[in-house]
Amino acid sequence: MLVFILKRLLVAIPVLLILIVGTFILMYTAPGSPFATDRGIPPAVLANLEAQYGLDQPFAVQIWRYIVGIVTEFDFGPSFIYRDQDVNDLIGQGFPVTLTYGFWSFVVAVIVGGALGILAAVKHNTWLDYLAVGISIGAQVLPNFVLAPILVLVFTLWLGWLPGGGWQGGQIEYIILPVIALSTSFMASIARISRASMLEVLTSNFIRTARAKGLPMRRVIFRHALKPALLPVISYLGPAFVGMITGSVVIDIYFSTGGIGQFFVASALNRDYGVMMGITVLLGTLTILFNLLVDILYAWIDPKIRY
Amino acid sequence: MNKVMLLATTGLLSATVGTASWAQEAHPITGDALASDQTFSYRLLDQFPSIDPQLIEETAGGHVARQLFEGLLTQNADGTLRPGVATEWSSEDNTTWTFKLRDDAKWSNGDPVTAQDFVFAWQRAADPATASEYAWYVELSKIENAGAVIAGDSAPDSLGVRAVDDHTLEVTLAQPLPYFPQMAVHYTFMPTHRPTIEAHGANWTNPENIVSNGAYVLDDIAVNEFFRLKPNPEYWGADEVIIKEVTGYVINDVNQALTRFQAGEFDMMDDLPAGSFPRLEAEAPDVAHSVPRLCSYYYTVNQSESGHEALQDVRVRQALSYAIDRSVITDRVLQAGQAPAFSFTHWATAGFELPSIDYADWSQQERLERAKALMAEAGYGPDNPIEINLIYNTSENHKQIATVISQMWRPLGVSTQLNNYEWQSYLDIRGNQNFDVARSAWCGDYNEASTFLDLLTTNNDNNDGKYSNPEVDRLMDLSLTESDPQATYTQVEKILAEDMAILPIYHYTQNFVLDPAIRNWPMENVENNWYVKDIYRAAAD
Repeated sequence: MLVFILKRLLVAIPVLLILIVGTFILMYTAPGSPFATDRGIPPAVLANLEAQYGLDQPFAVQIWRYIVGIVTEFDFGPSFIYRDQDVNDLIGQGFPVTLTYGFWSFVVAVIVGGALGILAAVKHNTWLDYLAVGISIGAQVLPNFVLAPILVLVFTLWLGWLPGGGWQGGQIEYIILPVIALSTSFMASIARISRASMLEVLTSNFIRTARAKGLPMRRVIFRHALKPALLPVISYLGPAFVGMITGSVVIDIYFSTGGIGQFFVASALNRDYGVMMGITVLLGTLTILFNLLVDILYAWIDPKIRY
Repeated sequence: MNKVMLLATTGLLSATVGTASWAQEAHPITGDALASDQTFSYRLLDQFPSIDPQLIEETAGGHVARQLFEGLLTQNADGTLRPGVATEWSSEDNTTWTFKLRDDAKWSNGDPVTAQDFVFAWQRAADPATASEYAWYVELSKIENAGAVIAGDSAPDSLGVRAVDDHTLEVTLAQPLPYFPQMAVHYTFMPTHRPTIEAHGANWTNPENIVSNGAYVLDDIAVNEFFRLKPNPEYWGADEVIIKEVTGYVINDVNQALTRFQAGEFDMMDDLPAGSFPRLEAEAPDVAHSVPRLCSYYYTVNQSESGHEALQDVRVRQALSYAIDRSVITDRVLQAGQAPAFSFTHWATAGFELPSIDYADWSQQERLERAKALMAEAGYGPDNPIEINLIYNTSENHKQIATVISQMWRPLGVSTQLNNYEWQSYLDIRGNQNFDVARSAWCGDYNEASTFLDLLTTNNDNNDGKYSNPEVDRLMDLSLTESDPQATYTQVEKILAEDMAILPIYHYTQNFVLDPAIRNWPMENVENNWYVKDIYRAAAD
């Protein structure tokens, strides 16, 4: 197991390097510049700016300096747009926000989605099943950019219960709407996956045996069926968790939470090379880590898997 | 009520200390009863990249800087000049300008604001080491040696600005500039506190470090979320500042922002959703406003080698311009009080007199007939069609206008290919003349016609259509030496209309919604420069 983990971590290094170089090349070839405005900057000023940010260096030197900066000082460089801040500041400010609402969205999605799915499977072909399936399909087809404005309309404008956006250090009333908007579609997917896999498990031989020997249904489900039924859910949860904690541009834009999802898109549009690279590296690292975690969980849950 | 409850529950009111003293008091000039809650909040479309006056390069940061810092001069509600840190300003020859500074101006840490602070800030703006994207503004203001300093050929201290004593600033220009005081209002020329910048470097604008000299100080900021300002007790006019807290919320999505405005979460927002203004105005005329704004919307015609050869023919350019029914665009597409444009300079520009432009007075029917005749004369038309490439940057309004105009050009035998680019790509393509016609807009940097007209001189960096007429260049040079250049500007506009240097489309309005309780808003300031220290919240009737 330990060897497996070490191997996976070693493989992660070249993967990240490829990611950095690939993103750098894409950025380099995109037209435009972080300093372009419709005012047209005098050449002398542009040269000063490029010199300050090292853009006057050849491509190889730029990327080498970037990687060396990360490896030796964990320095992701300056932001090209937010002149008063560097990338570490911006991610340091934005990531805790996305981590918070992402984490709560994950918790809500797993609990509600899992419960719905299991309930639907256990009460297969009853009104409860249809209701649960109905809810999850409804939640699935309602994209969050539609849901978010509806939530604000209802809870902010009509009812006046919750603020329509902002973060204010993560007070509870600012978290609720983003969490609902973000968790809904994940919840629906979890419900569907867990329902399908629970149904499959419930018809398998070992469950029939368990029931035949007279175990109560509750015990059969929680003791025997749940663990194998969770396997497909878990393989979905790894990437879903990364997707949630790294934020969503939709949530950030609609609820002005100040999370990194918005930074990511804005940095691509503004050609803020520093911020874009920084968030790419962060997302890449998290994706690799959580996929690894999922694999480890797999081995723990399914005794058939050995590394 | 809703709003108060909301704010109270969220703790936003946590620091309304001192507002109680205003309860039931009346405004000293208007006599309105003042609300007990003297706060003002507004929505920002995007996070401002910087609030360092010398690094700001867009309006959102500029609005914040106007509250935090005070330049030599500021503006009245109607846009005319009023004393800021300077109480008197004068020049014998429009070349050497002397500003007398008030002796009670202080930084938020108690230091006096001196002429040296301005010298430092202005040198800093031009210094290549600062790498300011607005260094060009120093050059535009014609301060002696600005070009050489920016290019790195001269030391920053050779810039034509010096402190005669602590309270006298002397500016030497390379050529006479009658409107220099107007230019001095701009944020690039606001003073900055040298010891703070030297101590904290790029982090000097953080709330814990910043030292400012305006009516407010920065209290808190979270990027892409909000910022909050508090009154500056050291400000020389602190006694007259009524609003005790200013908050800006960054809300990218415009519809979401409007919903939140309607829920009472903040008091003002501009950049309203496309096409929403007529409805808002009908629903709440005391909330929705449309005021002139010093920007012009036009199409740049590429007259360089890389443009369509037909566009080098003045008759084709005239035909394209004549065929545009501007009233359709202002009254049907935009519907927010914009004015059809036949000149580049905005009609509301101070002192500017519109020339009599013949086609402005024709009926659209007449224009279209002339346009067809001109096309035929130039050898084009439905039998010999031309295909032009029209570029615009992503925006619902730009797209609608481009679509409408392409239809208006169809009868001339012009088929238009619409190409939409996101902002950065668009700038790249437009700046390198890889287009035939480009959607463009220009906003005045100061309230004087030359801020528009300079753009169409041959060597201007922003002359993306590469229009060139020696007569225009000569007249613009001449205008600099005149004590009253307005007649010259009118003459230049007349030439631009004859040459059809650009295709003017409309003059902007600023459309915004404002809580009617907020009073003294500068509705007549065409540069849209507002100072929170001038406004107040009236008590509910």
